[in-house]
Amino acid sequence: MNALDFSIVAQSWPYLWSGLLFSLSLTAAAFAIGMILGTCLALAQHFEIPLVAQIIRGYVAIIRSIPLILVLFWFFFLVPIVLGHLSGNGRPIPIGATYTAFITFGLFEAAYYSEIIRVGLRAVNKGQFEACQALALSTYDTYRHIVLPQVLRVASPIILSQTIILFQDTSLVYVLSLTDLLGAASKLAQLNGRLVEMYLVIAVAYLVISSAASQCVATLRKRYAAAAAR
Amino acid sequence: MFGVLFEQAADGQRYIDWLLSGLGWTLALAFFGWWIAFGIGIVVGVGRTVQNRFFALPARLYVEIFRNIPVLVQMFLWYFVFPEVVPSAIGDAIKQIPPPWASFFPALLCLGLYTASRIAEQVRAGIEALPKGQLEAANALGLSGYLTYRHVIVPQALRLIVPSLTSEVMGIYKNTSVALTIGLMELTAQARQISEATFQTFTAFGAATIVYLCLALIAYQAMALIDRAVRIPGSAPATLPADQDLSGEVQQGALPGAMEAAK
Repeated sequence: MNALDFSIVAQSWPYLWSGLLFSLSLTAAAFAIGMILGTCLALAQHFEIPLVAQIIRGYVAIIRSIPLILVLFWFFFLVPIVLGHLSGNGRPIPIGATYTAFITFGLFEAAYYSEIIRVGLRAVNKGQFEACQALALSTYDTYRHIVLPQVLRVASPIILSQTIILFQDTSLVYVLSLTDLLGAASKLAQLNGRLVEMYLVIAVAYLVISSAASQCVATLRKRYAAAAAR
Repeated sequence: MFGVLFEQAADGQRYIDWLLSGLGWTLALAFFGWWIAFGIGIVVGVGRTVQNRFFALPARLYVEIFRNIPVLVQMFLWYFVFPEVVPSAIGDAIKQIPPPWASFFPALLCLGLYTASRIAEQVRAGIEALPKGQLEAANALGLSGYLTYRHVIVPQALRLIVPSLTSEVMGIYKNTSVALTIGLMELTAQARQISEATFQTFTAFGAATIVYLCLALIAYQAMALIDRAVRIPGSAPATLPADQDLSGEVQQGALPGAMEAAK
């Protein structure tokens, strides 16, 4: 085998860095969209809004049963068509792979977050609702100020674990030929033929980021467990 | 709508034959990958719970490494990097493997080892959920460490974790789609190929989606059946202590939807 030469990685550092930034911003955007939308989906199911709740349940079940790559293909194909219909002229609007990735990951993660929040909603103590009623809080105030903050706190370790998985999953935008961390490495590897070094380095990068994040989640979890035990 | 699937493709087969061959690869990967993952997962999971550092440390490292690198990156490591870093005689032999198998074996290895790290955590959770009395009783009977694990601890732990293993079964069959990046023509890859050949994207992806949904349903039902058959009477299913009881509920909540994230 040839000797490994990591100097090539140092040279291409700016490109890899921009790839990493894309991965992180995709993670952040998908987290934001997914949490907001996921909370709405969970609440709609929680209130058993007729028809809407069933549709959402079907959506969540389908999204969670098929591979993310297939979901990416679906949205890559569907989003321009749907946007075309929304804009009124009926013709597909191509919006490019980058925006598709943001929309897809947001909608995809919404299904996972909604499931976590839905279970969290069920776990809230009944007394909390009764106390809100006794205080004559409106439904909106009850959920906005009493219930949701508790759900988010209890579920935060799982939500964060899911977000770490999300970060790892963003590597799948490779199939859309986007330049995330993995995409950047693979493009460089094809240019300079140093794929061994490239892939090893980004594997370590993913490993370090995910492990560090997992450690933070574990610490957080311990703190909550200690708080709950008091 | 699905009529186009029964038309002839350029290679003389029908498009539905493409889908079925893709399904075959998907199932083969998931099935054989599962048994690799299950075997290694039990060993590593046991390693996570023993006091002996020579077992505990490597087991912990294994889980950390394989869980924290994206599957796709691991796929590339096995496919592109592995043949280059082993001694060149072995590397050359690997490169001689003919096409479908040249992507199948790395994918199998990748999925097996990745899923093993996830199963190991479930096994550990199962073992930690067992009452201490089991271990003490085995000690009192004079069983050796090996015999205790072999006949007392592991069998009970496995019976406890069947429900949470469901999500790993779902995970491994969904992850098979990642193998398309190294050129294996599994289900998702075939769906894309059909959509490119016929421009009937909706039909092609729709058919693949339906097949995946059926697989999810079958896997879910099969695991529920196994759980009913082996559940320890009166026991509540074990969950990862890490995820507390919340994720346990997430995993068992509404139907096939409710499997955990392992994509």
